Amino acid sequence: MAHHAANSPVQVGEIPKPNTGWIWKTFFILVAITAVEFLLAFTMPAGTFRNSIFIVMTILKAFFIVAEFMHLKHETKALIWTILVPMALLVWLLVALVSEGSSIGESVFNAFK
Amino acid sequence: MSTTSSTQTLSPSATLEKPRTGTWDGGNEPFKASYGKLMMWFFLLSDAFTFAAFLTAYGLIRHRHLAYVGNAKEFVFSTAYWPIPEKVFNAFPGFHGVDLPLAFVALMTMILIFSSVTMVLAVEAGQRMDKADVQKWLLWTILFGATFVSCQALEWSHFIEGTEAGTKMADGSIFHGANLAMNQYGPPLFGDLFFFITGFHGTHVFSGLCLLTWSFIATTNGTFEKRGHYEMVEKIGLYWHFVDLVWVFVFTFFYLV
Repeated sequence: MAHHAANSPVQVGEIPKPNTGWIWKTFFILVAITAVEFLLAFTMPAGTFRNSIFIVMTILKAFFIVAEFMHLKHETKALIWTILVPMALLVWLLVALVSEGSSIGESVFNAFK
Repeated sequence: MSTTSSTQTLSPSATLEKPRTGTWDGGNEPFKASYGKLMMWFFLLSDAFTFAAFLTAYGLIRHRHLAYVGNAKEFVFSTAYWPIPEKVFNAFPGFHGVDLPLAFVALMTMILIFSSVTMVLAVEAGQRMDKADVQKWLLWTILFGATFVSCQALEWSHFIEGTEAGTKMADGSIFHGANLAMNQYGPPLFGDLFFFITGFHGTHVFSGLCLLTWSFIATTNGTFEKRGHYEMVEKIGLYWHFVDLVWVFVFTFFYLV
């Protein structure tokens, strides 16, 4: 894959047959997860439990897009970690600031009660 | 100066500098990825920071506001609490006044996932040097991408226009729709976050469409075939999947949760 010579000759002869099975498999997984999300949005009562399910499913979808469609699964370990570690730190930021938001709201609405 | 360089390039006896092969001399490729792809990954990482900042701000601001408590069936819009998303996004173009919660956004999500699939198919065709297939799948991707942006335009125009009933504001007046200062659905920041997050995502889709159109023209002209590889399509593919990835998160945090 990394050996693209800039002036390699144009391919002659037969074009190989497409190998698209894995693409459609990933597609059906993504569609199935999205369908389940919609099902839950209308059948389950809203709350922390439902939201946790949504977030887990979102991360699952993100995994399939990044690993298969963006091919990160087949890159070197060093590249995988270079991308994943900063993103993991962002999850920390998200959790920290969401709880910060709750406590700001708490002090705004309940300070004089 | 000019004489030296011309002898260096023209003289057949001139020896080229040997390629460096030492580990700390540029001879190693630790990521085994080409320069362009690696830089695309790093750009996408930085772009992910921007979107993460948006979504984190959304989380903070939403939790800073009161949540609606009570039966979802009796929900009415008010600036006093954060709205339930499926009560805001329940319109479908052509079905005026029908309550179809999240139906339109479901369609948009499907269109974007589908455009991601046609993009991978274009990348796959490029790896086989199949010019006709690359053209075909790039065109499908452009079509689905353009459809998505158009759907977003409809979504925005409905959001801005609002419902016929509108919402009674604090000063007693009735307000319809939304702008950056106020909206009928909830606190002003709800409308602002909608415009900024979906708008920034829509801008990314639009940039992607420009890149796709350019790569379609280059494919048709045989630029990549002469170059011997379709790596440019792969790089644009990475960008396009990233845009789809961001939508997955926007969809969850803005519409579902």
